[in-house]
Amino acid sequence: MAHKPTTQAPGIKGWIEYRLPIFSFIDNSVGTKYPCPRNLNYWWNFGAIAGLCLMMQILSGLFLAMHYTPEATMAFDSVEHIMRDVNYGWLLRYAHAVGASMFFVVVYIHIFRGLYYGSYKAPRELLWWLGIVILLLMMATAFMGYVLPWGQMSFWGATVITNLFSAIPGVGESVVHWLWGGFAVDNPTLNRFYAIHFLLPFVIVGVVILHIWALHQHGSNNPLGIDVKTPQDTVPFHPYYTIKDCFGFGVFLFIFSIFVFFAPNSLGDPDNYVVANSMVTPAHIVPEWYFLPFYAILRSMPDIGIPFTGVVFVSSKLAGVIGMFGSIIIFFFLPWIDGSRVRSATFRPVYKIMFWLFLADCILLGYVGSQPPAGTMLVVGRIGLAYYFVHFVALWFVSRHEKTLPLPESISKSVLASGGHH
Amino acid sequence: MVLTAGALAAVGAGAVAWPFIHSMNPSADVLALSSIEVDLTPIKEGQTIKVKWRGVPVFIRHRTAADIADARKVPMSELKDPETDDKRVKKGHEQWLVMIGVCTHLGCIPLAGAGDYGAGDGGGWFCPCHGSQYDTAGRIRMGPAPKNLVLPEYSFLNDNRVKIG
Amino acid sequence: MEKNMSSRRLRFLAMTVIGFAFVSSAELALADDNPTATAPAPAAAPAAAAATAASAPSEQKPLRKVEWTFDGIFGTVDKQSAQRGFQVYKEVCSACHSLNRIAFRNLQDIGFTEAEVRALAASYQINDGPNDQGDMFQRPGKPSDYFVPPAPNEQAARAAHGGAYPPDLSLIIKAREDGPNYVYSLLTGFTTPPQGVTLADNQYYNPYFPGQKLAMPPPLSDGQVTYADGTPATVDQMARDVVTFLQWAAEPEMEARKQMGIKVLIYLAIFSVFLYIAKRNIWRKLH
Repeated sequence: MAHKPTTQAPGIKGWIEYRLPIFSFIDNSVGTKYPCPRNLNYWWNFGAIAGLCLMMQILSGLFLAMHYTPEATMAFDSVEHIMRDVNYGWLLRYAHAVGASMFFVVVYIHIFRGLYYGSYKAPRELLWWLGIVILLLMMATAFMGYVLPWGQMSFWGATVITNLFSAIPGVGESVVHWLWGGFAVDNPTLNRFYAIHFLLPFVIVGVVILHIWALHQHGSNNPLGIDVKTPQDTVPFHPYYTIKDCFGFGVFLFIFSIFVFFAPNSLGDPDNYVVANSMVTPAHIVPEWYFLPFYAILRSMPDIGIPFTGVVFVSSKLAGVIGMFGSIIIFFFLPWIDGSRVRSATFRPVYKIMFWLFLADCILLGYVGSQPPAGTMLVVGRIGLAYYFVHFVALWFVSRHEKTLPLPESISKSVLASGGHH
Repeated sequence: MVLTAGALAAVGAGAVAWPFIHSMNPSADVLALSSIEVDLTPIKEGQTIKVKWRGVPVFIRHRTAADIADARKVPMSELKDPETDDKRVKKGHEQWLVMIGVCTHLGCIPLAGAGDYGAGDGGGWFCPCHGSQYDTAGRIRMGPAPKNLVLPEYSFLNDNRVKIG
Repeated sequence: MEKNMSSRRLRFLAMTVIGFAFVSSAELALADDNPTATAPAPAAAPAAAAATAASAPSEQKPLRKVEWTFDGIFGTVDKQSAQRGFQVYKEVCSACHSLNRIAFRNLQDIGFTEAEVRALAASYQINDGPNDQGDMFQRPGKPSDYFVPPAPNEQAARAAHGGAYPPDLSLIIKAREDGPNYVYSLLTGFTTPPQGVTLADNQYYNPYFPGQKLAMPPPLSDGQVTYADGTPATVDQMARDVVTFLQWAAEPEMEARKQMGIKVLIYLAIFSVFLYIAKRNIWRKLH
């Protein structure tokens, strides 16, 4: 934080600054006084774009909330009312639906950037943890948001996923009834999901503030993974990264607009344009694409027991839930699993291969999640699931024994050497 | 350079803001109900009915000869909001009084056929909230209301049918 | 341990994965596996083939594809075709299928005049009430009213069609994968069943329907409707027209959306180029 100004500068700006140092605060955090590594590439744009997505979702969501009715017999109709009668209602709705998908694309890229360049390593462990918390909150928000239109997928997706909690030994059934507010997904469930869906984005804003606060303690990582040593290694955030971020926003909004205006339903499921019917189940229950890898893990976990004897310690249902949450929780431990002193995969040739294999595995799991869990697909899913966790086991060993490439002396030396690329 | 960019950005910002603002304006289904047609045949002379239009009550009164004569007699100097009777009805349909039934004071709904300014056969209105009284042409005569009862936009489709809004 | 551990570890990795795969596929082959999150069994409708839930995985034939006027980024709804399609809906489909989300006033979007809309609305009787006596009554329709469904509720519709429910058509194009081609294929695709396929009394064979047996008889036949504009009413023509109409009914905003989209994309492209030039200018100051 800036020092307390002892005298008041002239003008309106000075009057405000003396009472609430907002201008120096902005200048010190995103302005000319915030030093940033000079060699950041475009993979560093995605954090700011994620922030833009969050704002867009809150704004479009707020205006949708002015017209939406969270009651089981009226919800679907109210969404159609928005689409057909509310001025620009279709635009609000499609922006919000596509925006959710875009938010996940951007955040997944942001996370994989972190994995590649070692942004989770000391001293940024807490920053990484806050990011995982944001991801979990986003997943909860998106899951509940998808229930609100009360289509077939809304209803059945909610039924299937909330039913998972019945896997908890002993109290499982009671927990599920407590979640539902009844004996099946119905109006009480819809109402509480709406309340929580409205609330969580503001909780996310709070965690994002902590996330940025943690980031600014030690500044951004960079593609070389080496620390900033002198001011020559940095440039002020404004104007260098403000303009770069604005350009990034322009490109992002272009892609976003292609979907909103020309393919708004391409990422969704046609079955959600059929009103929820508790007596009829759709042929394939599929969550939104951003949940597919986790869905694959959930369905691929086998019974845990002694093979070929039928002795089961943990049912596949419970194992699936543990595996699914485990696949995210494991990221909390990543800064300690990865014991390499070198951050960036640029200088870690074995880890680099592992990174790409891991990414491929996630995409494979995503595909598996979209298919019925039978036959070959189930085997593929289990291989994918196994590899997912084996990656971390292998990482433990590889990171502690890998021969890394020599690091450059400093960021500025490296930038000069490559002829001032930007 | 900066100026053009700034101008472009402002245009963009405005273009983005407008859908949000306009989405709060009345939607198409609300606008579709923004005018109603009323059949006047069942309304007998001396009878006042209330219909709902755009969420507010509209008084439709089939005035008697006494109502009309009474209204025409009143000198403009006696009126807080001077308006002649013929300005408050349509030519050729002077027996029909069509007014928004909301008191111009603070918005309560006045009671028909009450108060001291009727012609004795059901005309005039009295507002129970703060005592405003309206005459047989719906003009404010006594009490805190500042203006006469408001006339909505209306027209006669034929002698027995009126379209409001 | 400076020597390259990667190949050893990779072998270890590979063995684990292969071992896991072997055990799991062996177990699969022997046991009756029950994956967690499959859908509960679909509830059976009273009659054999409900038109709603798809029960069998599709040996559905690949759809017939048509080049629709509303395809692509410049797509528009051919209003003449939509008007003809409305005539098909009104004279053929509306006997069984409702169109609950369309109000008479919406028809002005596809080129009907206000007077035509008012006349059309007045030709329908709308349930209204209660009146001052407390009774429900019927009155002629107004433009602000919605289309009247052929049956008062789902149960009545099922009772009238042997347990099958003719779905509402307002969103059918969006509620099916590749909706326009699906509905077109379905309407033009009824054929005699191949050898070995038996149909119940109220079932008809259509290779484009998931499960291939549906409760809807072929609704279209040549010359069934006399088009107001004189176009010959072949099955193919009627199918195209009714799909165009239903496309509009499902997405009335489509034209406005695509046109706005083109303007937005052009603006963003120009603005992004601007920003990129500005970015290069600012970063050029470094060396």
